[in-house]
Amino acid sequence: MSSYAEVETRELRKATGDAEAVEARSPFRLALRRFRRDRVAVAALAVLAAIAAFAALAPLWAHLTGHPYSATFPATGLDAGGQPRGPGGRFPLGADQLGRDVLVRAAYGARVSLAVGILAALLAALAGTAAGTLAGYAGGAVDTLIARLMDVTLALPYLLVAIMLATTFQVTSAAASLALTIAVIAFFSFAAFGRVVRGRVLALRRAEFIDAARALGATDARIMVADVLPNLVPQITVLTSLLIPASIVFEATLSFLGVGVRPPMPSWGSMLGEGGDAVQTAWWLLAVPGVLLLATTLSFNLLGDGVRDALDPRAARPADGGGGRP
Amino acid sequence: MTRFAARRLLYALVVLWLVSTLVFVFLHVSPVPVERVIGGPRATADTLAQIRRNLGLDRPLPVQYWLFLGRLLHGDLGDSYINGTPVTTLIGDRLPTTLWLVSGAGVLWFAGGVGLGVLGAIRPRGVRDRAATVFALAGLSTPPFVVALALLQVFATRLGGAGVHLFEAGPPLQEHFLRRMVLPWIALAFLMLASYTRLTRSAMLDVLAEDYVRTARAKGLPERRVVLRHGLRPALAPVVTQFGVDLGALIGSTVVTEKVFGLQGVGQLVYRSITAGDTPVIIGVTLLVTFCVVAANLLVDIGYCVLDPRVRLA
Repeated sequence: MSSYAEVETRELRKATGDAEAVEARSPFRLALRRFRRDRVAVAALAVLAAIAAFAALAPLWAHLTGHPYSATFPATGLDAGGQPRGPGGRFPLGADQLGRDVLVRAAYGARVSLAVGILAALLAALAGTAAGTLAGYAGGAVDTLIARLMDVTLALPYLLVAIMLATTFQVTSAAASLALTIAVIAFFSFAAFGRVVRGRVLALRRAEFIDAARALGATDARIMVADVLPNLVPQITVLTSLLIPASIVFEATLSFLGVGVRPPMPSWGSMLGEGGDAVQTAWWLLAVPGVLLLATTLSFNLLGDGVRDALDPRAARPADGGGGRP
Repeated sequence: MTRFAARRLLYALVVLWLVSTLVFVFLHVSPVPVERVIGGPRATADTLAQIRRNLGLDRPLPVQYWLFLGRLLHGDLGDSYINGTPVTTLIGDRLPTTLWLVSGAGVLWFAGGVGLGVLGAIRPRGVRDRAATVFALAGLSTPPFVVALALLQVFATRLGGAGVHLFEAGPPLQEHFLRRMVLPWIALAFLMLASYTRLTRSAMLDVLAEDYVRTARAKGLPERRVVLRHGLRPALAPVVTQFGVDLGALIGSTVVTEKVFGLQGVGQLVYRSITAGDTPVIIGVTLLVTFCVVAANLLVDIGYCVLDPRVRLA
């Protein structure tokens, strides 16, 4: 089977007599080309790659410094007055007020941030796409039910409920708290995601190719998966890539309040929260996790913008408003 | 119009009831053991049971729920489990701080966001536009407490001799009001600024492309008047919508800002109540916040009609 573009290329080659003159480009390759030309997005991707490498090599940093992430070194990490030592010497990025290595903890914290950000965003995307597609395509009572459910989720004071959820499920293990944090973030993100998908599906439902598919005898399930979903891919990709930084900020906020990822697992948010008053005197306790957080979320946001521009060059900048999650 | 308002009001009441019931059921099905918190770690089983009886927690859940609803209809949110103070009093004491925090920051971010957005829309892709976009994106990418902590670190010690201690619990709000509020205002406003800049910019770009704007220019109105009167006014409609929703939602979401700056507002109150298992206070604050969100949405719908004549026609 050859696509229209391939046939066209062959015809052109025949016409020009030059086999290499014209090359057909798939939409994906066109998008990739646009993305590569976007210097800001490529730089953001490079920053993210560096942070991912930093996170992946966390055990190496622990090995090189000889400081496991949860071990305290009061003798070497604190000065005579009990204050944490600054960057330099055996603690490249300083020690915290318990004498733990900030570099090693920041690397393990990067793992948490990236894992929570990406997994929560994917989970929310999955749930949001499913709910939005079902509501938009089915219509009627199903639509009303799902849409109202999403409305109520959006009306909940999410930070309060998130704190409540995290407190009531008395998780003690770090792994369980990680899973709970991801679930809580995904739950509060899926509704906004689902709304956008639903709106898009409502518009698609009236498209002629859907009528054509139905006329050919395709079942509803087949139409949803084979005809509707592929048309949602650009929106889903962009929304998901913008949901990642939001999830990272959400996790950091929960961990900062002490209801996110539990100790001894370090997270950038809990590093800032545990720093407490010491953060005011020891600048590196604020600067290291703070700068890493900002670099990660800013890069993801820039990357998301780049992906949107690459996938849909005609799209105006979004009219999104509800980005501010205090 | 009256029918529309009545329907919205009914819908609001249903949402309030639904949220309070959800929270009530959730907190009673898997609660933080509040008797432990009150009795302390050394309390005997008898003492714990007595505390539960005193609080009425030994009765069946439907009975508790019935009593809760009855009190609620009389405007009584119950008493705190921890210290017996009526919840309305607790919230009433804390609400002014949060309201001052949110409204002060609101003025800042609304003015700042609209200003930056208009600047960007006048010459899209220009230098000012790019600068505003990057600034907005930085705000969007920064977790709330990072800004707050950074501000504290840089400025707090320089703001008068009291320094950081100015922000610790104790003195009433009136004391050093401006000095204490200015950093929290900036911290909160910076977070929200981003979405307002983006929102204003894209709304302005849409409106400036409309025919009547071209007409206004064609009849020779000065550009300033075209941008501000014909452009900004209808463009403000979605911004005001978002503003109302955010103001309402923020009442319950200032936990982080309040915690960092040691402000004794509603956020701190509910945060402590949640960790202590003080159910009546949690439900009280949740109801308050939901009420604020719903009320804000209602007001926004009215404001929309005033601002954008296109809606009135439709």
